[in-house]
Amino acid sequence: MPKVWDWDLAGQALPLLLQGFLVTLAATVVASVVAIILGLVLAMLRRTRFAAVRAPVRAFVEFVRSTPVMVQLFAVYVVFPGLSPFTIGVTVLGIHYATYMSEVYRAGIDGVPKGQWEAATALSLPRGRTWRAVILPQAVRNVLPALGNYVISMFKDTPFLAVITVHEMVFQATTFGGDHFKYLEVFTMAAAIFLIASYPTSLLVRRLEKRLGH
Amino acid sequence: MGSFLSQLSQSWGNIGSALVITVEGTIGGAILALVLAFVLGLMALSRFVVVRGVARTIIEFFRGTSLYVQLFWLYFALPVLGFKISSALLCAIIAFGLNFGAYGAEVVRGAINAVPRAQWEGAIALNMSPFQRMRLVILPQAWVAMIPPFNNLLIQLLKSTPLMSLVTIADLTFEAQQLRSATGQTAWSYLFLLVVYFILAYILTLLMNALESVAKARLGRGTGLRGIFRMRPADPTGKSLGAGLAGAGTEIEPVEAANLTSKTMGAGGPGGGGV
Amino acid sequence: MATEPKIPDLSEVDTPPNLPTGTPMVQFDKVVKRFGDNVVLDHLDFSVEQGERVTLIGPSGSGKTTILRLLMTLERINDGVIYVEGQPLSHMDRGGKLVPANERYLSTVRKKIGMVFQQFNLFPNMKVLENVIEAPVHVLGVPKDEAVERAKKLLDLVGLADRVGQHPTSLSGGQQQRVAIARALAMQPDVLLLDEVTSALDPELVADVLNVLRDIARTTTITMLIVTHEMHFARDVSNRILMFDKGRIVEEGAPDKIFSEPENDRTQTFLRAVLEER
Repeated sequence: MPKVWDWDLAGQALPLLLQGFLVTLAATVVASVVAIILGLVLAMLRRTRFAAVRAPVRAFVEFVRSTPVMVQLFAVYVVFPGLSPFTIGVTVLGIHYATYMSEVYRAGIDGVPKGQWEAATALSLPRGRTWRAVILPQAVRNVLPALGNYVISMFKDTPFLAVITVHEMVFQATTFGGDHFKYLEVFTMAAAIFLIASYPTSLLVRRLEKRLGH
Repeated sequence: MGSFLSQLSQSWGNIGSALVITVEGTIGGAILALVLAFVLGLMALSRFVVVRGVARTIIEFFRGTSLYVQLFWLYFALPVLGFKISSALLCAIIAFGLNFGAYGAEVVRGAINAVPRAQWEGAIALNMSPFQRMRLVILPQAWVAMIPPFNNLLIQLLKSTPLMSLVTIADLTFEAQQLRSATGQTAWSYLFLLVVYFILAYILTLLMNALESVAKARLGRGTGLRGIFRMRPADPTGKSLGAGLAGAGTEIEPVEAANLTSKTMGAGGPGGGGV
Repeated sequence: MATEPKIPDLSEVDTPPNLPTGTPMVQFDKVVKRFGDNVVLDHLDFSVEQGERVTLIGPSGSGKTTILRLLMTLERINDGVIYVEGQPLSHMDRGGKLVPANERYLSTVRKKIGMVFQQFNLFPNMKVLENVIEAPVHVLGVPKDEAVERAKKLLDLVGLADRVGQHPTSLSGGQQQRVAIARALAMQPDVLLLDEVTSALDPELVADVLNVLRDIARTTTITMLIVTHEMHFARDVSNRILMFDKGRIVEEGAPDKIFSEPENDRTQTFLRAVLEER
């Protein structure tokens, strides 16, 4: 009968988990960048004058955000066998969250008062300049906490990348657990690491929310 | 494609039972999550600091650790401690319930907080007991504001169910993988799976919209059947979109409910509004 | 405060165009504007000469603000033509025919016009100075140093020289509106539109804003179209008053005449109502 909690085993696993955690962090950062940029692009495409662009973009957004990211990962993984799992993982996760973020941006853009557009017109500011200097800075400021929450949420979704063999923390935990026929230590530690990383971050986002007056 | 279709028609029976399992996991998880959401959400509003502290700890714990990890912990690690959950499906339902219950608790707490002060005072003036106040006055109003974020969470839960296939449950994803190895039609198998999920998400959204219309009609602000067919976006943070934005959700909802929703959700989000 | 009143130097923003004699600064030719079934302007004809200050009065919904918004190209007209400096504003000349203006054409012609809004509409993400230099730098191509120099002079003129580095949200409504005036002037408009610029202000802040506008009216030749409920101000600065009702001009004339001996029933009723309210 083995001990319930084996400190030696935990000690052995920790470096592996931390190594995996670095991959988790890297995936979160890259996927966030993809989502934050692509989300804005999608939001702006959904506002163009051209219905021929708006409709397919809308359909794409609806479909992607209504279907499981895990299945999306499988699907892209098998369709593009040449790409590295990490590349596929961060791209799919990034696109998935971009569809959420596009809605946030859209609400943020709609939340900029009409008077701001009118003032820009009255000053003859060109359209591009109006977006860059007037509308987007205000819209993005409004949605920062929401974007922050999505990044945290994405962080907690990175274990899905394990299903396409990205060596992030949960992949390492599963492998180690399988090798030693003991999962308690690795999964408990993985959960703890997630909590330690995500809780303070969400407190930060909450403070940001308060400071921006939400 | 042809071989895929013929295989598909042959496996129809398997796919049917896999669909049932996915739906069971979703509904089971949702019911448990709903119960936990109310229990934890009301506890988080308690006058007693200890009760609040317990609720917050549970909420933060299940929101702060990944669902994936929670499920694996329940399935792989818990038996070591001497608790073996009888079936993998039950394991998954418990994991879904705990995780989404924690998110739902923030929705409940936020929606109750968003009921105007005057309503509480009115109920007190009528000499209602605290329980009567909550049941007769506050909850019917807060409930309307909870439905849209609950819908987000429900879709999110549905989208998490492929995790079941990782703990040996023969759900839709598992079945799609069977289909894939039987036909070699990888892309079609997964596309088929995505479409099934999309349809399921749409059906759930329609049901939740209908529920919302009913709840609103009870408060005398019915929008009738008009809003039912719109597609409401899934939202993994368990908040309404645009989190607390003034304009958020106005496109989705008439102003009154939207304000309520955005206020509610402004207080929510991973970790929620603090003790 | 008993300081000597400064005589503002507005020579830099006062850049009158050389219009051929007889060309009105602004001309409305049978202009129709509808919102749905609601006809707001019904074949409206009127013109404003260069340097004139014209105040539009009338009950709410009579189309005054719509006139300013059409001139600022914030709305499109349904029929008729608007001319500014003899050039069509709402339309453009294509092969001798007037066709509705496209966005590119509008972006060139609207530079002649500046507007101050009821709600100020300052850009909250920019500091006071940045608000004022934004358009000169990015629209007129003025070098930044020069734009800053001029913006500071204008802000001094509106009494806010010490606020250049602040964010608009930290200012009072009256101060914000004065920044908005400086911002509009920085574009050296030939026509300045003032749309109920004091309506959103607390009563004690109105005077500062009106005094700034009086100075501008006194020391420049900028053409102004004003919509206001401040009848004393209208009387002080205007050359002409247009009384609107239901999208038509029912009476017009010099302020003294309109305010002292209005002829039209509607004007009499309106003025009685407005003046009693004070």
